[in-house]
Amino acid sequence: MSLDVNDLVIEIGGRRVVDGVGFSVAAGQRFGLIGESGSGKSLTTLAILGLLPEGATATGSIRLDGEELLGRPDRELAAVRGSRIGTVFQDPLTALNPLRTIGRQLVEPLELHGGLRRSERHDAAVRLAELVRLPDPERIVGRYPHQLSGGQRQRVAIGIAVACRPGLLLADEPTTALDVTIQAEILALFGRLVSETDASLVFVTHDLAVLSQIATDVLVLAHGREVESGPVEQILAAPRHEVTAGLVAAARATSWRPAEGGAA
Amino acid sequence: MSTATTRRRRAPGAPDWLREVLRRPAGVIGVVIILGLLIVAAVSLFWTPQNPFDVDPFHQWQGPSAKHPFGTTGTGQDIFSYLFAGTRTTVAVAFLSSVVAAIVGLAFGALGSLTARRVRESIAVLIDILIAFPTLLIAIMLAAVFGSSLWTVVIAVGIGFGVNIARVSRGEIRRVARADYVVAAQASGSGPWRILREHLLPNIAPVFIVQLSLSAAVAVLAEAGLSFLGYGVSSATPSWGRMLSILQNYVTIYPATVVWPGLAITITVLGFNLFGDALREATDPRLRRSRRGAGDAGKEATRVS
Repeated sequence: MSLDVNDLVIEIGGRRVVDGVGFSVAAGQRFGLIGESGSGKSLTTLAILGLLPEGATATGSIRLDGEELLGRPDRELAAVRGSRIGTVFQDPLTALNPLRTIGRQLVEPLELHGGLRRSERHDAAVRLAELVRLPDPERIVGRYPHQLSGGQRQRVAIGIAVACRPGLLLADEPTTALDVTIQAEILALFGRLVSETDASLVFVTHDLAVLSQIATDVLVLAHGREVESGPVEQILAAPRHEVTAGLVAAARATSWRPAEGGAA
Repeated sequence: MSTATTRRRRAPGAPDWLREVLRRPAGVIGVVIILGLLIVAAVSLFWTPQNPFDVDPFHQWQGPSAKHPFGTTGTGQDIFSYLFAGTRTTVAVAFLSSVVAAIVGLAFGALGSLTARRVRESIAVLIDILIAFPTLLIAIMLAAVFGSSLWTVVIAVGIGFGVNIARVSRGEIRRVARADYVVAAQASGSGPWRILREHLLPNIAPVFIVQLSLSAAVAVLAEAGLSFLGYGVSSATPSWGRMLSILQNYVTIYPATVVWPGLAITITVLGFNLFGDALREATDPRLRRSRRGAGDAGKEATRVS
């Protein structure tokens, strides 16, 4: 599924927090949005979903497979969310309802979009738990979020995102809250699921080291504006802007070498 | 092997929450007291030890005896029978006014938090204005218009406590509505009603339940207080509050008699509070004792996160 964002402007109280951002993600492409905190990358993700916080308005154009999403009524957008766009958020500790079992949350998109019946709930939940490699799927679907580790919870969140096999996967800093070894596992899971389902991926992060392991192309944002864009290798080898150079330096500082990246 | 999810679905007759309540000593005591009240209230509709309204000028101010376990009043009425019959008033007031308070609280709480900015802020001001009215004043106003009755007390206490619940649940709904899992659920395609049902209401339930059990307890006290002042249920309806107000005139001469209605009110309020506390804990899986081999995952969770 292709995504085209054109001249996106997001205003909060008359202040432009995202100013004329545009990018294209082809079907099956893995695209990265990178920038420091406050650069407007998370707001851009929320705008694609039509879930901007109260008081924020978006203008411009966001097209999914050529179909305009911006300005559509919430009811129609709700039908797109979860079925054609899957989303994974940053903090797995707060992204799951503490009072509902893992299984029930895993199959929620299927109930909303796929007409899943109650009798099929358990089996569907176990299948999704297996898909995201959760340990002991039969039993884990009956547990509650607080009984799972951070990495397991992020696997659940990914399972929810891919439940309906969406054509576009949005990931808003999905590894930031995890420790390094878990990060690598979650990235590998993303890579596997994206290639298995032929979905496009928009991966938002502030960490170039992480991005280089999953994305092929990248757009760098700073203070709500585009700084530069292009293939990841090119950006890494020859950053043209000081913001990008800063991100590259930060990535190197975490004892990482460009030569090892890109594979995963 | 089936899981907790499916097991709960397949056994609608054995509610999990009640089993969880009964795991706690507070819950057991609360349930026993409330069940006891319900049984006495039901029995009193058909039978009381003696007619609670029978006046007997030859047996005034009797001490406890086999015939009059709690003694008699200044008109010779049997205190035990009167309290026995008054239970149904207390139970009715407690339950009905809690229902009214829950409806008022939820409606105002939801309208005051989930609607457009201008609407919800007007509602917030309205709630604050209503809170400024003492429940007693609402009751007196209603009694002046419709006359004193059980319903006057129920509506007055229901509204009076309902707006308090509204203020608390308004804040709670607003807090939960900003939680990540609500945004995540919206990103999965949940509409506003499903968000309310699946995420907002269950997550404000602990606070809501505590408020509601408090309101049941407050209703018992309010009924007693209003009847005590003469704005409560009509004199044909037996009430613990009225008994208390009659007996307190003679508290310096016959102090032992006042103890009984006071004790009945205290135990009832205690029962509702204990039950509410246990129910709050039972509805939150994080406060449940882990079982069914959930321990290993729990240990892992504490280690990793």
